[in-house]
Amino acid sequence: MFENERNTLLFILSCFLLVFPMVGKALDRSDISGLASDTAMERLRAIEEIAAIGDSDALRLLVALQNSEVMVTDTGQIVLENEEWDVIDAITLEVLDPQPDMYDTVIVNNRMRSQLESAVGVLQLLSDDREIRLTSAKSLQDNLSPSLLKVLNKALAQETDQEIIRILKESQSVILLNAADSQQRMGAVNYLASSSERRVREVLASKLEKNNLGAYQEESPEIRVAIESAVATIDRKLTFIDYFGRLFSGLSLGSILLLAAMGLAITYGLLGVINLAHGEMLMIGAYATYVTQQVFIEYLPNHLDFYVIAAIPMAFLCSAIIGVILERSVIRWLYGRPLETLLATWGISLFLIQLVRQIFGAQNVEVSNPTWLSGGVELWNIVMPFNRIAIIVFAALVLIGIWLVISRTRLGLFIRSVTQNRSMAACVGVNTAKVDMLAFGLGSGIAGLAGVALSQIGNVGPDLGQAYIIDSFMVVVLGGVGQLAGTVYAALGLGVFSKLIEPGVGAVLTKIIILVFIIAVIQKRPQGLFALKGRFVED
Amino acid sequence: MHYQPKYEPLFSKLAWLGLIAFAFVTLIIVPCLYLMAPDGSSLHISSYTVTLIGKIMCYCIVAVAMNLIWGYAGILSLGQGLFFALGGYSFGMYLMRQIGRDGQYQSDLPDFMVFLDWQEYPLHWMGTDSFLWAILLVVAVPGILAFSFGYFAFRSRIKGVYFSIITQALTFAFMLLFFRNETGFGGNNGFTDFKRILGHSITDPTMRALLFGLSAFFLLFVLVLSRILIKSKFGRILTAVRDSESRLMFCGYDPIRYKLFIWTLSAVICGIAGALYVPQVGIINPSEMSPANSIEIAVWVAVGGRGTIVGPILGAAAVNGAKSFFTQAFPEYWLFFLGLLFIFVTLCMPFGIVGLMSKLKRKFMKTKTES
Repeated sequence: MFENERNTLLFILSCFLLVFPMVGKALDRSDISGLASDTAMERLRAIEEIAAIGDSDALRLLVALQNSEVMVTDTGQIVLENEEWDVIDAITLEVLDPQPDMYDTVIVNNRMRSQLESAVGVLQLLSDDREIRLTSAKSLQDNLSPSLLKVLNKALAQETDQEIIRILKESQSVILLNAADSQQRMGAVNYLASSSERRVREVLASKLEKNNLGAYQEESPEIRVAIESAVATIDRKLTFIDYFGRLFSGLSLGSILLLAAMGLAITYGLLGVINLAHGEMLMIGAYATYVTQQVFIEYLPNHLDFYVIAAIPMAFLCSAIIGVILERSVIRWLYGRPLETLLATWGISLFLIQLVRQIFGAQNVEVSNPTWLSGGVELWNIVMPFNRIAIIVFAALVLIGIWLVISRTRLGLFIRSVTQNRSMAACVGVNTAKVDMLAFGLGSGIAGLAGVALSQIGNVGPDLGQAYIIDSFMVVVLGGVGQLAGTVYAALGLGVFSKLIEPGVGAVLTKIIILVFIIAVIQKRPQGLFALKGRFVED
Repeated sequence: MHYQPKYEPLFSKLAWLGLIAFAFVTLIIVPCLYLMAPDGSSLHISSYTVTLIGKIMCYCIVAVAMNLIWGYAGILSLGQGLFFALGGYSFGMYLMRQIGRDGQYQSDLPDFMVFLDWQEYPLHWMGTDSFLWAILLVVAVPGILAFSFGYFAFRSRIKGVYFSIITQALTFAFMLLFFRNETGFGGNNGFTDFKRILGHSITDPTMRALLFGLSAFFLLFVLVLSRILIKSKFGRILTAVRDSESRLMFCGYDPIRYKLFIWTLSAVICGIAGALYVPQVGIINPSEMSPANSIEIAVWVAVGGRGTIVGPILGAAAVNGAKSFFTQAFPEYWLFFLGLLFIFVTLCMPFGIVGLMSKLKRKFMKTKTES
């Protein structure tokens, strides 16, 4: 009889329900006879009656109705089928003898279906499984009717879980907004003021409107004042939550920009070379992640969850090595000719894109999140995915790492000295060519790390880098070169700023506004916001 | 005492000869053969060839404009594709109006507007049914955009790679803008299905020949104009901007004016090239504005040899000829070829084809004198 999982679940649930004393009487034949009726209204009423009884039999019958398993015989008896395709009585579950000749499925129309859903939801409110109670409490929020009040009161009396209590109380208060007793209405309004749901705000606001007779939905002026202040409170909270959400996505975007731009800032600061193939270093990092994933699937399927960790050094090395090769083979011949470097690196980027297309195909490859990065944490109705949080943390770690390399190691010292004054550094014995090569490798490697991060949140395809290259240049132009701080402020600032204005003006206009903003900033600070101060002139 | 430059003719005798030969071929021979030679004869030139050459000539015009700012003033603009497309769109608006009620929906509005359920032309389409206004827009839209953008950029002394990147971002932003349906330029699909210009069918051979001739004429005009500019005192200051802007400033010149003028002029030339290009190709859409196109323009100039007169034209013709060949013969290798071309030219041929030829010539002369 319990063909599927759901029924098994309901069976357990029904057993539980049996233990608890139920209000009212048990289900009997007269309650369900309405289901046999031809008129939808009669059937609807029967469902209400069954739901009102609310014991395990009732729940079972309602679920069977939902699945269109309830039948009516030509004599008007309500029956089900068991696993052997025998017809059984809907209440006693005994096999009918003799088996009826003709029977029809009870027709469930849309209205009945929604009625059934809420009825089943109500009965599930009393389940002992927290998840079932939570889902049913949430689903009840969508169609609240005064008839639910009793069930809600009963469920609240038994409920111990704080989250479910909050949801139930909110539903209860929404229903009580229509109560005859003004005391109760006032109490409901006061409770609802603590909510942060848009739905609750709409319900409250509708109470302030006039009906078509010109009377307020809420007659008491006192309560109207309370509702007004409750709506204002909720609005404030909603605005706060909205901005919090934007701030989070802004930080997320900012940390991606930071990862993409840090390497660029190093190479541009040091070599004065704009590397248009930088985006392709991101892409290579992402593909390195993909390859690592495939290797894990092939050889270490039990440790698949850790492939991302292994991908980090892989991606860094791949991109860094390719970066060093490019520096040695192409870019070093072009020092002092920045515009030509621009073109040559663009050529490199076309070449790499086509190369990846030939090796991995033009389609996107699938890089999946490990289990510990999928899902998210919900805060005030905003879901913050773990992979986004991880990227923010990752960006911070990479930033600290780079800062340590630049400020604490010998290589960092050389990089800083060459950035500040190349010829002087060369005079005191710094091997500038070697520094150039290592710094270019470092910058490319960081781009590879950014590629690992990108592979976790978006599609991995040959064109991946193209989408980020212009944005990361904007970061470098705005932040200036020579100081990590400039890049950090510019990346986070641009990320947060664009996400703050984006919901209002749209993505395209945001890009244009940011461009205008950057041009405006450059009017005042031609070398970027945080450029090194110095007295020198080019040429 | 005034500096008296040594008198130099505008073009050498050989160059004049080349120019006249070019004018003769493009303005007389090709149109005559196209219009008059019968279909089967060996002298006949097909519509495809005429359109292809016309298209490449439009690219050559853009290359000459790019050479003016990059080759002589040292400003690498990655926004020339934008100005080209803006000119194309400006004239495309007129072409769309000329379709009249012959569109799929038989409406006064272009099909894409009917599709978006618009009732009337948006404000920026005002007056575009007039040919003269369209011509004015072709010049004014790129010109005004370039002037205002250049004013702010040059004033704050943005130069070198910074300027390139900012122009690239500008192009990118405009591309996104034109991809939107709300902008009123047909979104993704842009403008196409043109029917006529000034009431005459656009597919008519005479019209094709006319557009071809106009492109050739304008190419010659731009070529001579740029030569005149470069030979003048203005041109010398431009080269000084390229070679050492700071020193020029210390001499008391204000480089902003010169840069702004040449940058705006170059944008306007690109706009006109776009306007000539659209009726010949029959379509304009936002992908013309993609940053990749603008960088490709730089490579045409680099391949031909920047800072030379014929270099850009040779480069544009050579690269586009190669593109037509590759995309038909081995489509998957075109990007490899283009990428390697970028690297090879910058590494090994800093002065492009023209530089290579003069080097060979010098070597040849040297061996001759030695022997």
